[in-house]
Amino acid sequence: MEMNGGQALIKSLEMEGVEVMFGLPGGAILPVYDPIIDSPIRHILVRHEQGAGHMAEGYAHVTGRPGVAMVTSGPGATNIVTPLANAMMDSIPIVVITGQVPSLAIGTDAFQECDTIGITRSVTKHNELVTQAADIPRVIREAFHIATTGRPGPVLVDIPKDIVDPNNPRSAMEWYWPDSVDLPGYKPTMKGHPLKIKEAARLIGESQRPVIYAGGGILKARAAEALRELAEMTGIHVVTTLMARGAFPDSHPLCLGMPGMHGNFTAVTAMQEADLLIALGSRFDDRVTGKVSAFAPDAKIIHVDIDPAELNKVRRPDVPIVGDCRLVIEELIGAVRDLGADGTAFGHAAGARSTWDTQIDAWRAQFPLHYEQGWEEGDRLKPQFCIEALRDNNTDDTIVVSGVGQHQMWTSQFWHFEHPYTWVNSGGLGTMGFAVPAAIGAKVGMPERTVWAIDGDGCFQMTAQELVTAASERIPVKVAILNNAYLGMVRQWQELFYEERYSEVYLSPDLPDYKMWAEAMGCVGLRVESPEEVVPAIEKANSVDDRPVVIDFRVDWNEKVYPMVAAGTSNSDIILGPEQGEGGH
Amino acid sequence: MAASNLPFRHHTLSVLVENKAGVLARVSGLFARRGYNIYSLAVAPTDDSRFSRITVVVDVESAPLEQVTKQLFKLIHVVKISELDPEHAVERELMITTVRAEAGIRSQVIELVDVFQGRIVDVGTDAVTVELAGPPSKLDDFEDLMRAFGIVELQRTGRVALPKLDRGGPARLRKVS
Repeated sequence: MEMNGGQALIKSLEMEGVEVMFGLPGGAILPVYDPIIDSPIRHILVRHEQGAGHMAEGYAHVTGRPGVAMVTSGPGATNIVTPLANAMMDSIPIVVITGQVPSLAIGTDAFQECDTIGITRSVTKHNELVTQAADIPRVIREAFHIATTGRPGPVLVDIPKDIVDPNNPRSAMEWYWPDSVDLPGYKPTMKGHPLKIKEAARLIGESQRPVIYAGGGILKARAAEALRELAEMTGIHVVTTLMARGAFPDSHPLCLGMPGMHGNFTAVTAMQEADLLIALGSRFDDRVTGKVSAFAPDAKIIHVDIDPAELNKVRRPDVPIVGDCRLVIEELIGAVRDLGADGTAFGHAAGARSTWDTQIDAWRAQFPLHYEQGWEEGDRLKPQFCIEALRDNNTDDTIVVSGVGQHQMWTSQFWHFEHPYTWVNSGGLGTMGFAVPAAIGAKVGMPERTVWAIDGDGCFQMTAQELVTAASERIPVKVAILNNAYLGMVRQWQELFYEERYSEVYLSPDLPDYKMWAEAMGCVGLRVESPEEVVPAIEKANSVDDRPVVIDFRVDWNEKVYPMVAAGTSNSDIILGPEQGEGGH
Repeated sequence: MAASNLPFRHHTLSVLVENKAGVLARVSGLFARRGYNIYSLAVAPTDDSRFSRITVVVDVESAPLEQVTKQLFKLIHVVKISELDPEHAVERELMITTVRAEAGIRSQVIELVDVFQGRIVDVGTDAVTVELAGPPSKLDDFEDLMRAFGIVELQRTGRVALPKLDRGGPARLRKVS
C-alpha cells in the first residue's frame, strides 16, 4: 500500500498498540499531526512539552505499557529533555517522537533547528535520526522494542519534515510492518546463571541477619508476587526503596518500609547491621547507601539486576546475577527450596534468625515515624497529618503521585502502599514539577482509579499549567498542595547545614493565590488552613469527578523531614529528629 | 609512589559496532563524558560491511574501565567488546612523517629508514617523507631518532589490533562483554 511517511508513522504507532499519546504540534512535525485526525489514537494536547514527557512517564509507570509523546523540533525537543533524563534515571519506557527540519536544512541553523540527537544522546537508552521514509516502520518497531525490553528506558526518534510531508516526493513509501527486529548488539540477558543462583541460595541459607533490598526493578519486571513468595518462604524482611514503594505491601509483617536518607530507623539500621543484603533490582543509590565505605559493613551482597553495568558499580557483590528480576527470583525460590534453606536444613542459622527478628521488632517499637499535630488555637497544620488524612479517606488502590522534596519524602513515609504501581514519583533525577503532569498521565492510563498528586508549592508552580490540559480533556486528577511557602527541602538543609542562613527559598503562601489559580484553570479550588478543615476538604474533593480539584493546604513551614542521614555521612549516624532529642529545633 | 600517582595504563579495546551513522560519537562520548582521554582511535569497516571495528586506546585505570566498557556495551549499536592485552595481541600502526634531510645529512636519514624497514615516499630539496609501519613501540623509537634531524610534520594512524591466534595455551583474549 502506497502511503506517505507521516501516515506510516501514525500507522506504526497503531501497530504497536498505542492508544494514547501526549504532545504539542509545531512547524516541523505538522505533517504527522494531519493523519492523527483519522487515527483511533487519542492525542492529548499539552500546554508545555515537558508536560507531554512526564504524562507519558506517569502513563507508562501505572499501565506497564510504553508512554508516547510527540513534539516539534528545536524548542519542542529541548523542552522534553528533562522528561527524557527523568525516564532514563528511573528506567521508564517511553517513546518520544520529535520533528526535525527538512533533511537538506539540517546543519544550516534553520528556524527551530537543534541537534536533537546530539543533545539527547546521553539521556536516552537509544535515539535515532530517520533519514528516509521507508525506514519509519522499522525504526518505530525497534524504538518500542528497545524502550520496553531489558532495562526499560526512553527512546527518541527524530523525523525530518521532508520524509513525512505529503507534498514532498521523499515522503512516498510502500507500507510494510517488520516481523521482527534485527539488533545484533542488543540481547538482554533474562535468565540468571544457574551456578550463581545456587550460590545465592547457599548464602541465604547461611545468613543470620539477612535483608531483602528491593528496588524499582521489581516493579519493572512485574516481580512483586515473586518477591512476596521469596520473602514469605524465607521469612526475610524487605525494605522497599523510594522507587519500590508498593512492590511489597506496607502492612505485611516482613515489610520494613523505605531505607535511605529519609528512611525509617528500622529499615536503615537493619540494612546497616545485616550480614546479607539481597539486592533485587536496586542500584545502591547514594541516597540509600549514605557514605558508601561505611554502608552495611558486615554484609555480603547478592545483587540481581538486568543491567550488568549496575553490578560492581558502587559495591562489589559477592554473588552478581544478571537477569530479569522476576525470572531470577523464581529460580532463586526453587534453589532455596532445593537446598532446604527455607529453614528446614540450616538449623544453625535458625536461632540467630529469631534473635534478629526480635531485634527488628524492638527497633520498630522503639523508633516509629513520628510527628505531632496540635489541636489548640494557633497550632499549625502539619503536612504529615494532611497525608495521613488523605490516606485514610481514600481506598488503598488510589494512585499517589508526588514531585520532589519534603512532600515527596513525607508521602513515601506516611502513605501505606499496599499494591504495586500505586506510587509514582521522580526518584533518580529528582525532577521538581513532575507530579501534576505525571498524575494526568496516570489518570489517562487508569481512568477508573482515583489519582491524587501530593505536591509542594514550589513544584506545583513549575508545571501547574498542565491542569488546563486536564480540565479541557476531562481528566479529573486531584492535587493536594502542601503549601509551606518555601522550597522546603532546601530550607531544611539551610537550617541544618548552613546555620539557618536562608538564601532564596521563600515563596510566599499567597502569591500566587492557588485557589483562584486552580479556578482560572477550570479546576475546583479549595483552601485548608486548620486541621479541622482537612477531612471535609478531602471529602469534597473526592466527590468531584468531572474536573480536576486542587486543595491548597497551608502547612507548617518549620516542619522538617526526619529521620535524616546527612549527605556524605554514614547510615549509622542517622538523625532521628527533635522529638528524640536530636537534630534541628 | 602513591597509587594515585601511578601513571595511567594504556588499555586497548576492540569494539565491534554496527556500521551506522553516529556510532562513533556514541562510543567516544562515553569516554568524554567521564573526562577520560582517548589516546588513539582507529575505525574502519570489517570484512562484513554491516559492522565496523573501532580500536580505541584509552588512559584509564582498570576499575573505571570496567564501568565504561559495561556502559559501552549498553549502546544498542555495540555488538562486542574485547580488551586486548598487549602481550597477547598483534598491534600495528602506520606513520608518515616529513623529516629534514639537507644534502649533508640525507644519507644518514635514508640509512635509518632502511634499518627500520621504512620507505621513502616523497623527496624534496631539503626534506623527505617517510612511511613506516609496525608495532607502536617501533614507531616511537623511529620518531625519537628522527627528532635529531628535525621533524617537519608527522601523522600516525593510531593502532589497530587483533588477538594472537590460539595455539592451545591459556586464553589470551579477555572478553569483556
